Amino acid sequence: MKLINKINRELPEYIDGYGRVKPYDGIRTNLEYKIRKQVSVRCEPSKNKLLESIKEVVEKCGIKNGMTLSFHHHLRNGDYVVNMVMDEIAKNGIKDIKVAISSIFPVHAPLVQHMENGVVTGIYTNYMSGAVAKAVSKGKLHYPAVMHTHGGRARAIECGDLNIDVAFIASPCCDTYGNINGVDGKSACGSLGYAIPDAMYADITVAITDNIVEYPAGSIEISQEYVDYIVHVDAIGDPKGIVSGTTRITNDPVGLKIAKMTAKIIEASGLLKDGFSFQTGAGGTSLAVAAYVKEIMKSKNIKGSFAAGGITGYLVEMFEEGLFKSLFDVQCFDLRAIESYKNNRLHQGMSASMYGNPHNKGCVVNHLDVMILGATEIDIDFNVNVTTGSDGTIMGGSGGHSDTAAGAKLAIVVTQLTRSRLPIIVDKVMTATTPGESVDVLITERGIAVNPRRQDLLEKFRDLNLRVMTIQQLKEIAEGMTGIPEKTEQEEKIVAVVEYRDGTVIDIVRKVR
Amino acid sequence: MNRLRRTMLFIPGNNPGMLQNAGILDADSVILDLEDAVSVTEKDSARILVRNAIKNVDFYGTEILVRINALSTEFGLIDIEEIAKVKPDALLIPKATEEDIETIDAMLSDIELKEGFQNGAVKLFPLIETTYGLENMYGILKKSNRIVGALLGAEDLTADLGIKRTKEGEEISYARSKSASICRACRIDAIDTPFVDINDMDGLIKDTLKAKSIGMTGKAAINPRQVDIIHKAFAPLDEEIEYAKRVLKSAEEAKEQGLGVFSLDGKMIDAPIIARAYNIMEKAKHKGVSV
Amino acid sequence: MKIYKTAKAGTLESNDIFIIIEPIEGEKIEIDLESIVLAQFGKQIEKVLKDTAIFLGVEGIRIIAKDRGALDYAIKARLETAIKRAV
Repeated sequence: MKLINKINRELPEYIDGYGRVKPYDGIRTNLEYKIRKQVSVRCEPSKNKLLESIKEVVEKCGIKNGMTLSFHHHLRNGDYVVNMVMDEIAKNGIKDIKVAISSIFPVHAPLVQHMENGVVTGIYTNYMSGAVAKAVSKGKLHYPAVMHTHGGRARAIECGDLNIDVAFIASPCCDTYGNINGVDGKSACGSLGYAIPDAMYADITVAITDNIVEYPAGSIEISQEYVDYIVHVDAIGDPKGIVSGTTRITNDPVGLKIAKMTAKIIEASGLLKDGFSFQTGAGGTSLAVAAYVKEIMKSKNIKGSFAAGGITGYLVEMFEEGLFKSLFDVQCFDLRAIESYKNNRLHQGMSASMYGNPHNKGCVVNHLDVMILGATEIDIDFNVNVTTGSDGTIMGGSGGHSDTAAGAKLAIVVTQLTRSRLPIIVDKVMTATTPGESVDVLITERGIAVNPRRQDLLEKFRDLNLRVMTIQQLKEIAEGMTGIPEKTEQEEKIVAVVEYRDGTVIDIVRKVR
Repeated sequence: MNRLRRTMLFIPGNNPGMLQNAGILDADSVILDLEDAVSVTEKDSARILVRNAIKNVDFYGTEILVRINALSTEFGLIDIEEIAKVKPDALLIPKATEEDIETIDAMLSDIELKEGFQNGAVKLFPLIETTYGLENMYGILKKSNRIVGALLGAEDLTADLGIKRTKEGEEISYARSKSASICRACRIDAIDTPFVDINDMDGLIKDTLKAKSIGMTGKAAINPRQVDIIHKAFAPLDEEIEYAKRVLKSAEEAKEQGLGVFSLDGKMIDAPIIARAYNIMEKAKHKGVSV
Repeated sequence: MKIYKTAKAGTLESNDIFIIIEPIEGEKIEIDLESIVLAQFGKQIEKVLKDTAIFLGVEGIRIIAKDRGALDYAIKARLETAIKRAV
């Protein structure tokens, strides 16, 4: 039996290995009272949490077939912990493990072999790239992968939809009783926002650290009250892969043009005034937008309230120059961000739940004025795909995309109109990640389209001399340049379920041919 | 002097990616370059690519010029034959001499006739980059009605003079003033030489303001990042815009009252001043657009 | 019209197409295409290559093309250049 959800995607009623499908029904539905999961807490009266090795961890935690193990992605492509733990799991002959890794990077390629050997049969993640993403797209994972948003993963953990048996927290600094921070040590990564729900709601929480310090730790991001065991290893990650030195503004003239147009749109929206709040990605064009917004704020002497998200040195600079009262940091992208997070009281951390969980008493995205987003594809209903390429291969995932789009007063997608001869605008996106209802404006170098739901914005942008047109017209311009692409065929098998932030299913991903 | 030509941006002719994006970079004119930006072995390649681009790529109203190779090379004539067929707005002629202009003018008339274009549709822009060109500029400009502007090329000119080219530009003061003066006398656009340090934005502003102050009406750009800065430098000052608004308002009132001439602030306002006021308002519109 | 030698044109840069043409026996136009957008535009690119060769009146050639997302006008230009270099 088939269901049609609110953005007209066809879904099965029931998916093997996933369960009953709750179809996506809108961004402001599914908001009645929620119950948080009950957690069973192992009491620890002594001071002995330190274990000798990961092998001892596996034994002590009683890790067995069928369990769900979780990891965070603050060490990004420099992470060693996932591979270390899963290697040990495989060595012990354990199988049918579900891994819940908040984001998966190329460094996690060894998981593919674990998938092939049946060690790993399920994946929960907010973002997938590299060999694992390709393998999942080709159908190598036993159960369909479940793709969450950053806020949605926190929701799932807190209410028990995602039940974690053991959470492994890669810890740049951990004291002998389990107080963890991300700012001290050779593998410093800054905020540990994505790890917090895991630590709090897993049945067992294990800190894996390369930097054990005497009790008590200087600053505490994850408290001892949540940590069962600690194990020390030589290195939890490669600093070069954890952070980039500095993140750079794009030099590409097309990216700069898009950024320029975006800053004008933001100004024209009327939101750029005292109290302004802002979030943007870490890519070159997004940073260029921040640069242009900064110029306007300075020239008009505007004091913003906060900037949020993954924090880069560029945002730190704006903050230190007094343009924002505070920063809300769910992950640090570079060394400058880590320094600022460590030293400045008003550069504050936020957990993944505080950031974007729709089922708590209010998350940060609800306060966002402007959000700058990317897109692999966008369709004429403004639905955005950041999960798969146009050929259907998984190469990303929502991350915070859907959360911030839903919360922000003005959600802007910035992208080139075509990418290597592929038009970004299509009739129907291959995979819907973020519903069009939450996307307000599309800005490309050749024109701007405003969601028809936002007549108020159309009024404001009318006299700007900025090539505002319908999204269909913009699509025709793209196709005029590239021609009309042929549709790629997919196979029947469902390889991933794309959940919206509230746990409903917004789309599914099928196996690539 | 009708079109706004504050910036003329060079685009390498053998690069499809850049040709496709040329129209969105906000320059008033783009110069698709078949000469210095293209290696000798790729001249044929660039020529055909640029020809196709002019026919098929949307430049969104930006003026399209093509810098052909000098007639003294083996490529120049073929460039004209291939490119004129697709009716670019103008050709930029390197190391232009009187004979070159005469020859090209005639060639273009033939091609225009053959292709059914209006006679004179393809304009000309001589590149003044030799001492001969500079000294004989007036004669060169008078050789064709197609000429709508001249571009000063200081890199080659200083090489011809055997002198050093500097950022401050003292050594080209004479060349700049002379070009500006002759262009004005011929009622055409005077386009200044490009500023070659693409990372020195302050230097670019200074250089552009200097050019503007001695009468240049626009400047060549060699990198898209220079475009906005040059536009800002050429933008009329707020006082100029205020004055222009008042001139145009008085002109309207005078027209309504049936007066031919009128005065404003004790000064008599005639046609050239009104035209200049329109020009300033045109530029002022763009000022609002630049960040 | 036949060609008598191998020739190439274009580059492997983004938005460009690298083309090699070789003479072959007979009158066919053979196309060997690699492209970063093969699934979406493979057929279209082959058609453009074939039509351009026919328009220019060549036959008995193999066109080996490595496409990096070139638009039609650039594909036609590069093929025309290669053909003119081969005669």
